[in-house]
Amino acid sequence: MPAVSKGDGMRGLAVFISDIRNCKSKEAEIKRINKELANIRSKFKGDKALDGYSKKKYVCKLLFIFLLGHDIDFGHMEAVNLLSSNKYTEKQIGYLFISVLVNSNSELIRLINNAIKNDLSSRNPTFMCLALHCIANVGSREMAEAFASEIPRILVAGDTMDSVKQSAALCLLRLYKTSPDLVLMGEWTSRVVHLLNDQHMGVVTAAISLITCLSQKNPDEFKTCVSLAVSRLSRIVSSASTDLQDYTYYFVPAPWLSCKLLRLLQCYPPPEDGAVKGRLVECLETILNKAQEPPKSKKVQHSNAKNAILFEAISLIIHYDSEPNLLVRACNQLGQFLQHRETNLRYLALESMCTLASSEFSHEAVKTHIETVINALKTERDVSVRQRAADLLYAMCDRSNAKQIVAEMLSYLETADYSIREEMVLKVAILAEKYAIDYSWYVDTILNLIRIAGDYVSEEVWYRVIQIVINRDDVQGYAAKTVFEALQAPACHENMVKVGGYILGEFGNLIAGDPRSSPLVQFNLLHSKFHLCSVPTRALLLSAYIKFINLFPETKATIQEVLRCDSQIRNSDVELQQRAVEYLKLSSIASTDVLATVLEEMPPFPERESSILAKLKKKKGPGAVSVTELEDSKREGGELNGGGDRGPDTAAMAASNTSTPSPSADLLGIRSAAPVGAAPSSAGSLLVDVFSEAGPTAPSAAVNDDGFLRDLEQPTETSDSLLVEGSGDLDSAPPSEDPAPPLSEADELLNKFVCKNNGVLFENQLLQIGIKSEYRQNLGRMYLFYGNKTSVQFASFTTTVSCPGELQSQLNVQTKPVEPLVEGGAQIQQVLNIECLSDFSEAPLLNIKFRYGGALQNLTLKLPVTINKFFQPTEMSSHDFFQRWKQLSQPQQEAQKIFKANHSMDTEVLKAKLLGLGTALLDNVDPNPENYVCAGVIQTKSQQVGCLLRLEPNAQAQMYRLTLRCSKDSVSRRLCELLAQQF
Amino acid sequence: MMRFMLLFSRQGKLRLQKWYTATAERDKKKMVRELMQIVLARKPKMCSFLEWRDLKIVYKRYASLYFCCAIEEQDNELITLEIIHRFVELLDKYFGSVCELDIIFNFEKAYFILDEFLMGGEIQDTSKKSVLKAIEQADLLQEEDEPPRSVLEEMGLA
Repeated sequence: MPAVSKGDGMRGLAVFISDIRNCKSKEAEIKRINKELANIRSKFKGDKALDGYSKKKYVCKLLFIFLLGHDIDFGHMEAVNLLSSNKYTEKQIGYLFISVLVNSNSELIRLINNAIKNDLSSRNPTFMCLALHCIANVGSREMAEAFASEIPRILVAGDTMDSVKQSAALCLLRLYKTSPDLVLMGEWTSRVVHLLNDQHMGVVTAAISLITCLSQKNPDEFKTCVSLAVSRLSRIVSSASTDLQDYTYYFVPAPWLSCKLLRLLQCYPPPEDGAVKGRLVECLETILNKAQEPPKSKKVQHSNAKNAILFEAISLIIHYDSEPNLLVRACNQLGQFLQHRETNLRYLALESMCTLASSEFSHEAVKTHIETVINALKTERDVSVRQRAADLLYAMCDRSNAKQIVAEMLSYLETADYSIREEMVLKVAILAEKYAIDYSWYVDTILNLIRIAGDYVSEEVWYRVIQIVINRDDVQGYAAKTVFEALQAPACHENMVKVGGYILGEFGNLIAGDPRSSPLVQFNLLHSKFHLCSVPTRALLLSAYIKFINLFPETKATIQEVLRCDSQIRNSDVELQQRAVEYLKLSSIASTDVLATVLEEMPPFPERESSILAKLKKKKGPGAVSVTELEDSKREGGELNGGGDRGPDTAAMAASNTSTPSPSADLLGIRSAAPVGAAPSSAGSLLVDVFSEAGPTAPSAAVNDDGFLRDLEQPTETSDSLLVEGSGDLDSAPPSEDPAPPLSEADELLNKFVCKNNGVLFENQLLQIGIKSEYRQNLGRMYLFYGNKTSVQFASFTTTVSCPGELQSQLNVQTKPVEPLVEGGAQIQQVLNIECLSDFSEAPLLNIKFRYGGALQNLTLKLPVTINKFFQPTEMSSHDFFQRWKQLSQPQQEAQKIFKANHSMDTEVLKAKLLGLGTALLDNVDPNPENYVCAGVIQTKSQQVGCLLRLEPNAQAQMYRLTLRCSKDSVSRRLCELLAQQF
Repeated sequence: MMRFMLLFSRQGKLRLQKWYTATAERDKKKMVRELMQIVLARKPKMCSFLEWRDLKIVYKRYASLYFCCAIEEQDNELITLEIIHRFVELLDKYFGSVCELDIIFNFEKAYFILDEFLMGGEIQDTSKKSVLKAIEQADLLQEEDEPPRSVLEEMGLA
């Protein structure tokens, strides 16, 4: 046991920790811990009151056990007791325990808040800091409610100690991040901004984090901070390396504060005031100059701190994107770092240069470093650095260097790490398309891509090459020749077979003149790959064969022979069998004219944004592909080649669907666009439309809409207690009191109604609320029955239905006010009319207020209006079901949950629930009779959303797997959430 | 803003964890396991930064301990590296050439020091003097409070 260094004395704790360390096995450790837990429990329960010291020691032991990864379910009360100790160390341990282990036990929170309140008003700076730390560590909404108005006062008060100010600033920041609606800066704004001028560097350092966050959200209100930040920065940058004493770090003056100031400035455009701007440019130049000076210390801390400021300055220069001189200097500086011996600097230089490459002022300057970057891609030993190099090559690529960059990326792919291959493939495919001048190069590149990294070539990539070949007749002959050669390889990737099959099926005639690639040779080559391929590829090959019959009548007999053989015409796969049967029939009964019409060459694809780009964006997030790049690609895409998002095979089938009864008998799945000219007349095709509405290009706009706005519109919580017998001061509360927050069990109550429409929604000693509801299409009507269970009259009875946040635009709920008096024992009724405008996830809130014996009752429930209420059941066959299932194959369209059964797993109960859900329960669809599948269409005013559901019970494990696929991802997620509570 | 900081040993034992946003215990355990695996597999000369989920990871090894921070997209990697270093300096100054055992046996002190230095994932003060002054003041208070006890009394035998 090491000597405990300072001031400490909890030997019992040290003994316990050593014991744990001496345990030879996990079992021994658990045994020792259980013994200790039993000991502590008995001490806490014992008759002898524990002194503060022992309490502290035991609480500390519990904390240690928790941090080892074990659950702790007691001791919270003792920790809370420690908070009110007047001994600093006991208080400190109490707060630490609360910070690490707090749970949402509301009883406890109230006690904790009380202790915090006492400490905050104690005027003892160390106690105040402890309390502020605790608030910042827990940061819960209850705490925000209790203290959000108090802390700004502490922060700006003239007599607050510096250390307390620092804690208060960061505490407020934490509360602002968790509950922005509760932190109102209003009157404090200017005094908070002026903390940038504070004498004490520590106060400025803490305050600037708060100011930056507030500026991001309210730039106008805080814009006076710009000039203050510039002057503060200027003073730091021009100070000598020792001026700032303790705030100088390895000869760098105030590096943390400098970085923060530069970051704050990035919330704003360049200063308009000429003098301020001049001063700032001077600062930035000084920072760039200092990078060239010899280091004042050999320590890495010195150069790290210095370069941290430099990189932040460069970020600001890039953010302004208006000073060509500074941009070029920044680029040169980063160029030096590219060859630095520190890996960290090389990494950051590559990353930072990526953003520089998108600025028109510095794009050319970035390009001069191409050789260094290529070298980095080849020689860096760390994959994360190589990844950066690949990103930069992608960013600096333009028409002048595309061939070189694509070639380098291709050769890197041969050895690239698995983790980044898919992304690399997408990047190569995009660059090859975007900068293609001659299309033979493009075709070569993509085929190389398939050869080198076939497994990572996604559907989008090979669809795209086919779209381009179809739309460009000058490249078709070359493409046919090239795929023919590529297929000669004894082992070629399945994606190559797909591209080859498709292209030869369309354009094989262009190379058929050469005896080495005569029709029969072509067919035999394709067919030699057939048996090694998966079902979708075989299906595609069968389509290629029927196209051959049309292109080359001489192959008809051979191909019919193939189609006729048992392995095709009796294939166990329905899709293959159907194709074989139909193609065989088509080729034998249709006249050559009919055949030629049905199997005509594919029409050009409509021009659209490249689906590959969309995929990359999805992979890397919206920030990864800059706007200019998108516009660029659209422009160039338009000029060079069109392309649709749908798979070529789909189109092939759409063209030849005279022979196929189902409108989209396609295993590869419709990607996004509905088949050309599909008229939504019959029920079947309506469903097709619905299912194909959301595609990979649908932007997830909701992502940016973080909780911030929604939080603002949530009702403010003012009263902590609901439905408790009114205390004296409640009597005088005005009836216009704000609605209470939803009951803690509101979600539970809501869940009870997901699969049923009628029942008792809520009941307590005073009030019962019953519900009856019915839905049709996107409309619903709900009857609410409020029953007074007492013998006393309810006065001022009001009910309000509200749609919080974005629900307002998704759901329309109308109702009339109810009678303000409810006699004892009486029941009143209220009717709600509901219209679903678009899909939604939240529930409308029902607030009820009334006076009972003088006390105001205020409660809020969630109305059980859930998205599934607008379901229309859809019957379909097993075949149709799985076909649609496959069409909804994008990862975000699916939501899945595996969970433990909470209720009976009885078949009849399950069936009743699934029917109650509103979907059609489909029999004989799933090969496993234990499973349940359902289908339905959600009707909203703006669109219809097709939904498929599969529930797989596992009776042995008492578990379920629930899978949802919907044409809209938000619906999949919401339904999955709702349903996971039901079984 | 820093999302969390982890200290773990080369053997994969977690020594200290500080989370600056509310995270479920289960998720915490999963994240810790995943990150430890990634970081421990990296070779010495590799870059100290890596992308992980939507976060940037900055880590550095001091003797047997890894200090590992998760920061957000717009945060500065190099300055985070120096946050780690300053924290190590603070520990070192307080314990007097700190080693892993000091942090194991005085974990609560390590938390107190970290709290004085960082709050809500942001820097509270960068001055070594200010941070340590706060901690040492607390120790003085403690010494005044508590008369030394005998070992037996400690173990509850007296």
